[in-house]
Amino acid sequence: MNPFVMFLQRAVIMGVPLIYGATGETITEKSGHLNLGIPGIMYVGSISGVIGAFLYESAVGRENVNPALGILIPLVACLVGSLLMGLIYSFFTVSLRANQNVTGLALTTFGVGIGNFFGGSLIKLTNSELPSVNLTTTSNLFKTPLPFAKDLGWFGEIFLSYGFLAYLGIFLAIFAAIIMKRTRVGLHLRAVGENPATADAAGINVGRYKYFATCLGSMIAGLGGLYYIMDYANGVWSNDGFGDRGWLAIALVIFTVWKTDLGIIGAILFGGLMIVNNYIPGLGLADQELIRILPYLVTIIVLIIVSAREKRETQPPQSLGLSYFREDR
Amino acid sequence: MKEPLFHIIKRTDVVWWKAWLIRAIAILAAFLVAAILTVIMTGLNPFSVFGAMFSGAFGTERRILKLFQGTAILLCIGLAVTPAFRMRFWNIGAEGQVLAGGMAAATVLIFAGDRMPSAFVIILCLAAAVTAGAIWAVIPALFKAKWNTNETLFTLMMNYIAIQIIKYFVLLWSVPKGSGQIGIINGTSQSGWLPKLFGQDYIFNIVIVAILTVLVFVYLRYTKHGYEISVVGESEKTARYIGINVKKVIIRTMILSGAIAGLAGFLLVNGTDHTISADTAGGNGFTAIMVSWLAKFNPLVMFLSSFLIVFLQKGAGQITTDFGLNKSFSDILTGIIIFFIIGCEFFINYRIVFRSSRKEAEKS
Repeated sequence: MNPFVMFLQRAVIMGVPLIYGATGETITEKSGHLNLGIPGIMYVGSISGVIGAFLYESAVGRENVNPALGILIPLVACLVGSLLMGLIYSFFTVSLRANQNVTGLALTTFGVGIGNFFGGSLIKLTNSELPSVNLTTTSNLFKTPLPFAKDLGWFGEIFLSYGFLAYLGIFLAIFAAIIMKRTRVGLHLRAVGENPATADAAGINVGRYKYFATCLGSMIAGLGGLYYIMDYANGVWSNDGFGDRGWLAIALVIFTVWKTDLGIIGAILFGGLMIVNNYIPGLGLADQELIRILPYLVTIIVLIIVSAREKRETQPPQSLGLSYFREDR
Repeated sequence: MKEPLFHIIKRTDVVWWKAWLIRAIAILAAFLVAAILTVIMTGLNPFSVFGAMFSGAFGTERRILKLFQGTAILLCIGLAVTPAFRMRFWNIGAEGQVLAGGMAAATVLIFAGDRMPSAFVIILCLAAAVTAGAIWAVIPALFKAKWNTNETLFTLMMNYIAIQIIKYFVLLWSVPKGSGQIGIINGTSQSGWLPKLFGQDYIFNIVIVAILTVLVFVYLRYTKHGYEISVVGESEKTARYIGINVKKVIIRTMILSGAIAGLAGFLLVNGTDHTISADTAGGNGFTAIMVSWLAKFNPLVMFLSSFLIVFLQKGAGQITTDFGLNKSFSDILTGIIIFFIIGCEFFINYRIVFRSSRKEAEKS
């Protein structure tokens, strides 16, 4: 295969978890909540899918996996797991008005702990005879490319060769952008994030929007974890394998100035930076670590430019990070 | 219109013992939940689980020493973030500031280690670490002061830049070449290592942090600077009105914050690990945020909160080795306990009034 086509294809695969993470985080941040628990939520989404698939595969045996159920069970498990995490976060920050940074960081500690704990001891806990968590069967279901991908040369490789979750992620990012920009619900959501007191006075149920945005955002971010484990990692869990992708997703939100459709391109760009060393000859391991600074560095630069220009459309939501208590006014 | 079932009121009148009672109950409840979870996971009786925890934390003299060493480091980083938090500057970049300090100290250790007397190396390391930490912290502060750039996001990103820089140098300077780690620096000469006190490692660290705790407490509580920090935290407008130069306070406080974090990096490199890696801070930069917040930004109380968290980590670590579980179990327990403490703050700050009880209150 042409190395450039291959690079682009790998960049997209690296980028998809970031698309999910950034879309979820943007929706949450638009409601005024800086959810630093996203990395933990993505771990939980990932491990929930693994647990679902593992239990199903060991219950029926690898040969008898029904394709529809094989996809549906991990998918639902992932959504439920990340929804629970979203509920924890919104219960503390919306209902109990706890500090968002502290809650988010605790949630990340908790979520990464859950991921690594169950990933590392799933075999022991279920008394399974399998040597390791290896979900190749389920993974192959998730990785099924679109039809004709093999026959269309570079076009097929770049556009049609991914599992369905990649397309779902891109669709969700575009869909979320349209909802936020063009619909009443999106307008209300942005109002809640900009100035909850005003939104409240206008008759918008602030608490409900915050809960909804946080939980929906968590579920979307969780899918990013599922894509990572089932598609990129071939269904093989390794502790801390997900790495700092959750934080990269948060960086991506800023990099794309809270626009989820831009996030698609940003994610592929960030994804490309993660693997670029394999394609530039003469680039050592150490240099690769320097290249990985770039996503964070450009994010900081964007953050500075945005704050210096004070252009309204590109600012963070105004009440980002602040709890809302009606009687505080 | 129907009155809602319950109604939340802010309260400011909680007496201190009541607040602490609520917190104590929350911690107890958290331990209960953690115990139930552990029993489900391990199938053991809860007493042997707690027994294992205590043995993990206090079992041997060495373990006690490590417990206090861990507490000292976490407390030190907690002290670093506290001045910034008190002025509502959300410095979540302590991890990066510690690493920047550690990296600077390690660099001095590597290049100056065997060329001058040990005491001189130590002083040089300290100066380098404190400066590096301060620089790492002041960058976001400058932009905050100039353009009001969001400091939470900025400091967060700075962490990962520091991590990547360290990964780069670890690969570049790895000993032996290509091993991907730096290994113990000056292992034979022990040049630049903090000396043992009373024949024990780590005591030096513990003493320094103990002194620092008191200093930071006094600084925040009894000095003009500390007062200015509090005013800026309460209301920037008020601060400006009474003639405090807010920008100056932000920059000055962040330099202090970063310098203390850099000191923590120095203690980690020169006093404990004698090496550097991207895991040197080990997530303590983030845990310290919770430590500081749990203690309501009071340096003296922070000893308790950091001790609690380190105790949990060591104890849960012992459970996992004793019962063959994955070591991440301690993270789950830490998470649960922090959730409970976060949750209980609500009941300290707010009061729930139910519909029926409110009517009675109006009657009487």
